[in-house]
Amino acid sequence: MIEIFKDTNYDFIGKKNILIVISLIISLLGIGSFFLKGFNLGVDFSGGTLVTVRFKKPHDDTRLRTALSKQNIDATKVTIQPISQITGATKNDVLIRLPQTVADEKSGGGIDADKRGIIDALNNHYTEIALEGRSNKADVNNSGSETLKNALIAKAPLGGQAGAEEEYARLAAAIIKYRDTERGGLIGDISEIPSAGFDPKSTAVLKDVFYAGDFNIVDASVVGPQVGKELRNRAIYVTFASLIGMLIYIAFRFEFIYGIGAIVATIHDVIVTLAFFSIFQWEISLNVIAALLTLIGYSMNDTIVIFDRIRETLRIKRRDDLDGLSNEAINQTLSRTIITSGLTFLSVCALVFFGGPVLRGFSLTLFIGIIVGTYSSIAIATPIMLWWKHITIDRAKLAEQAKKSTKSNAEAKSAKSDQKEK
Amino acid sequence: MRKSNLRYRVFGIAITTLISLLLILYPRTHEDKKPGEPGLLGRKRTVEEMLKDFTSWSAIKGNIASHIKLGLDLKGGTHLVMQVETDDVIKQFTDNNTRQAEETLKKANIPLKAVTSPALGQVIVELTDAGRYEEAKTKVQNEFGREWQFSSGGATVLNYSLTAIGADQRKAQAFRQAMEIIENRVNAFGVAEPTIQSHGPEKAYQILLQLPGVDDPERVKRLIHIDSKLELKAVVGQPNVSSTKEQALQAAASSGGVAGNMEALPVSDRNGGSTDGGFIVVEKNPVITGIDLRDAAAVPSRYNVRDYEIHFTLNPTGAERFGTWTGANIGKYLAVVLDGKVKTFPKINDRISDRGQITGDFTKETGEDLALTLRSGALPAKIVFLEERTVGPSLGADSIKQGVVASGVGLVLVMVFMLFYYRLSGLNAIIALILNLIFLIAGLALCKATLTLPGIAGIILLIGMAVDSNVLIFERIREELRHGKIVPSAVESGFNKAFLTIIDTHVTTIVSAFFLFIFGTGPIRGFAVSLIIGLLANLFTSVYVSRTMFIYWLARGGPKVDKISI
Repeated sequence: MIEIFKDTNYDFIGKKNILIVISLIISLLGIGSFFLKGFNLGVDFSGGTLVTVRFKKPHDDTRLRTALSKQNIDATKVTIQPISQITGATKNDVLIRLPQTVADEKSGGGIDADKRGIIDALNNHYTEIALEGRSNKADVNNSGSETLKNALIAKAPLGGQAGAEEEYARLAAAIIKYRDTERGGLIGDISEIPSAGFDPKSTAVLKDVFYAGDFNIVDASVVGPQVGKELRNRAIYVTFASLIGMLIYIAFRFEFIYGIGAIVATIHDVIVTLAFFSIFQWEISLNVIAALLTLIGYSMNDTIVIFDRIRETLRIKRRDDLDGLSNEAINQTLSRTIITSGLTFLSVCALVFFGGPVLRGFSLTLFIGIIVGTYSSIAIATPIMLWWKHITIDRAKLAEQAKKSTKSNAEAKSAKSDQKEK
Repeated sequence: MRKSNLRYRVFGIAITTLISLLLILYPRTHEDKKPGEPGLLGRKRTVEEMLKDFTSWSAIKGNIASHIKLGLDLKGGTHLVMQVETDDVIKQFTDNNTRQAEETLKKANIPLKAVTSPALGQVIVELTDAGRYEEAKTKVQNEFGREWQFSSGGATVLNYSLTAIGADQRKAQAFRQAMEIIENRVNAFGVAEPTIQSHGPEKAYQILLQLPGVDDPERVKRLIHIDSKLELKAVVGQPNVSSTKEQALQAAASSGGVAGNMEALPVSDRNGGSTDGGFIVVEKNPVITGIDLRDAAAVPSRYNVRDYEIHFTLNPTGAERFGTWTGANIGKYLAVVLDGKVKTFPKINDRISDRGQITGDFTKETGEDLALTLRSGALPAKIVFLEERTVGPSLGADSIKQGVVASGVGLVLVMVFMLFYYRLSGLNAIIALILNLIFLIAGLALCKATLTLPGIAGIILLIGMAVDSNVLIFERIREELRHGKIVPSAVESGFNKAFLTIIDTHVTTIVSAFFLFIFGTGPIRGFAVSLIIGLLANLFTSVYVSRTMFIYWLARGGPKVDKISI
């Protein structure tokens, strides 16, 4: 039998004051950072425009900024961030982010004005292909099949023969499919297309109708101010609703004070995890909130396992030494706590390293959250519960002692009188 | 444990597994197949073809893919949230009633100071003669109906306000109408499997539209946005284009126009520029509106192949009205008004009954879009976009690849540890884990749930969480063994004691996943669904399946098993 923790007997409860102080300090630091540095809210919550562009070549930051300002986009407000790929083939993906510029959704340009501006800037001022080389041609890297089809119809390389339109539609769809499934969204050059099963003779024709632009918009999100605000409120509301839901369940299954202990520990986890996001200014997206809510459920698990064990032991053993009993319960479940957290942590590591950039925020939240959550179920939840129990038990004990002493006095008296009678 | 009990357990697990596998691997139904592919219906398939569904890897992959619906973030497509500006409807309604009140009172010869509308859903009637107050009140109330609430504002002032219920009904009706029209337009555009549903809280009047695989969202957006309000109106007098509104109205008044029943409309510029080409005066009440349309189509122009024009036909009632009107007005001019702009104003040469055309600067695309929006009817209120997300298919494909790799790595890491740490019992946990994943995927297929990128992340997370129950149980059994219990009773009490804990941990996680489901749309919801189904499956595999395996091992070892690999 391989055992990592065999008959451990660490005194967690004895050191509870130190543990709580450490957590308090970290939490306060986090809350301080919330107020001082705030959060880097993603477009999901702050509103704005987020465009992921895939370039053929690594992008040139200064040139990109110049191109954007030429299109009347305030380059000082733009965040340009290359997406790092931890694993897999490097792609020249760049995030371009713009904060909310329209006051509300109804303003003239519509909420997608910035998105169109970015695309226009890339088309008009960044692309290296000379304007003459692409006038009256359609960009295969940045068009839908409908546009490609219409470009073919307009140039009509097949002449007016019957069925030409269907042929163009087929050709357009095949080019798009080739681009997206085999080329990862970017066709390097028009001369590549014929190798994808087209008549080689048509290369010249294709070159006459199309050109392959330098970039492809792989992802674009535009969130208006109203939606951003709604989502922000909803995220806060749901987080609390979920905490209250669990409080009710635990209060029902255990005791109310166990629920409070578990909830305080979970709030601690959320604060500490968010502290990382605030201090390092990581972006908070919808996925991060999803991960936080998952964390709430997950962190609760460890706490419940310990509480369950305390409850179970209480049924067999004397109630007096609640501290020692709780410490015993933590130690008894310690190997389970560490193994489970470790295994979930392993899965999350796989997610951090292999899950790709879109899930990065999600994975990071859980990465930190699992460590903090495991710690808090040992160091926060049980001590809080004990702290409250002490107050109530001590009070009860005092009352009982008071009762006992009067009773024993009475008994003693009656005993004496009995003796006397004898 | 009795033998027959074991037999029932194994049978139950086998059946569940079989059903799950069927849910995942069942051959696609006829509708899912491409034309020409041998299907379940229609042409009977040969035995080899049927076998192929389970033997050829590409067929298996295709079948699995047909059962699991992928979210937009994995498949690529467009996600739009839009607001129906329902206040438009209330404004229109208020304006109409203001006009109506004025007309009614004028008809009854009740002297008026003014009829005004200071705010949405409010009409104030000011009389000059207090003696006719009651008469005016009855007249207007009859006209307005129960949707409007009367209150007195003095001896000569009548206040009417639209009740909250009335306003909500109007708004809800407009919202439903808008949703229907947008649905018609999107369907006509030919998007496969669009999702259109009301979004956000009640009375938010928001619509969520998801268009998987649409690679040109701009055109769809334009299509949704276009107002396309068609009216055919009589031109007052000669069709003289004046440069200002006032000039146009003056000229019309001198040629016999009635002041209350005419308006000057801008003439749309032929070259498609933003400046208008002057004004022309038409009668206010249209002869024909978009409601009278039966069909509209974009047709290449006879004069220039590159140009398109819209040909429309009218429905019977519209045709009758139009026929009578044109018959009586031969020699006069008719204005074709689109969205408040005069497109053309042809001379009526003959009685026309049921067809007409709109010429203008249409290309194939704009012409087709206009015809489509005309066919689907005019939107009752303006549409404003609140949120717009487009995921390219290449990014979705990247995400799937990365998700599969990450789950694979996570799965292998967890399995290796379990096997290393718990030996044969670890194998038990691994079997339970694999069954768990099968049940999860089957559950997703059964609920027709959508698999999203966070959903994949949820599955990876679940791999770690799924073995939690096994760890709990195994650690418990080890403890019992340490306390000197014999193997069968250690296993028994290990499972029994861990059971309540497992229920508690699962319920709390499901509670948080449930709130996630309420909170999220699209990808987040997909995550919550994956998590909930996975947890339920886990409850079954870790408690029931895993225990059955232990019972089996113990039963094989006879009544005196004294060793267990854990």
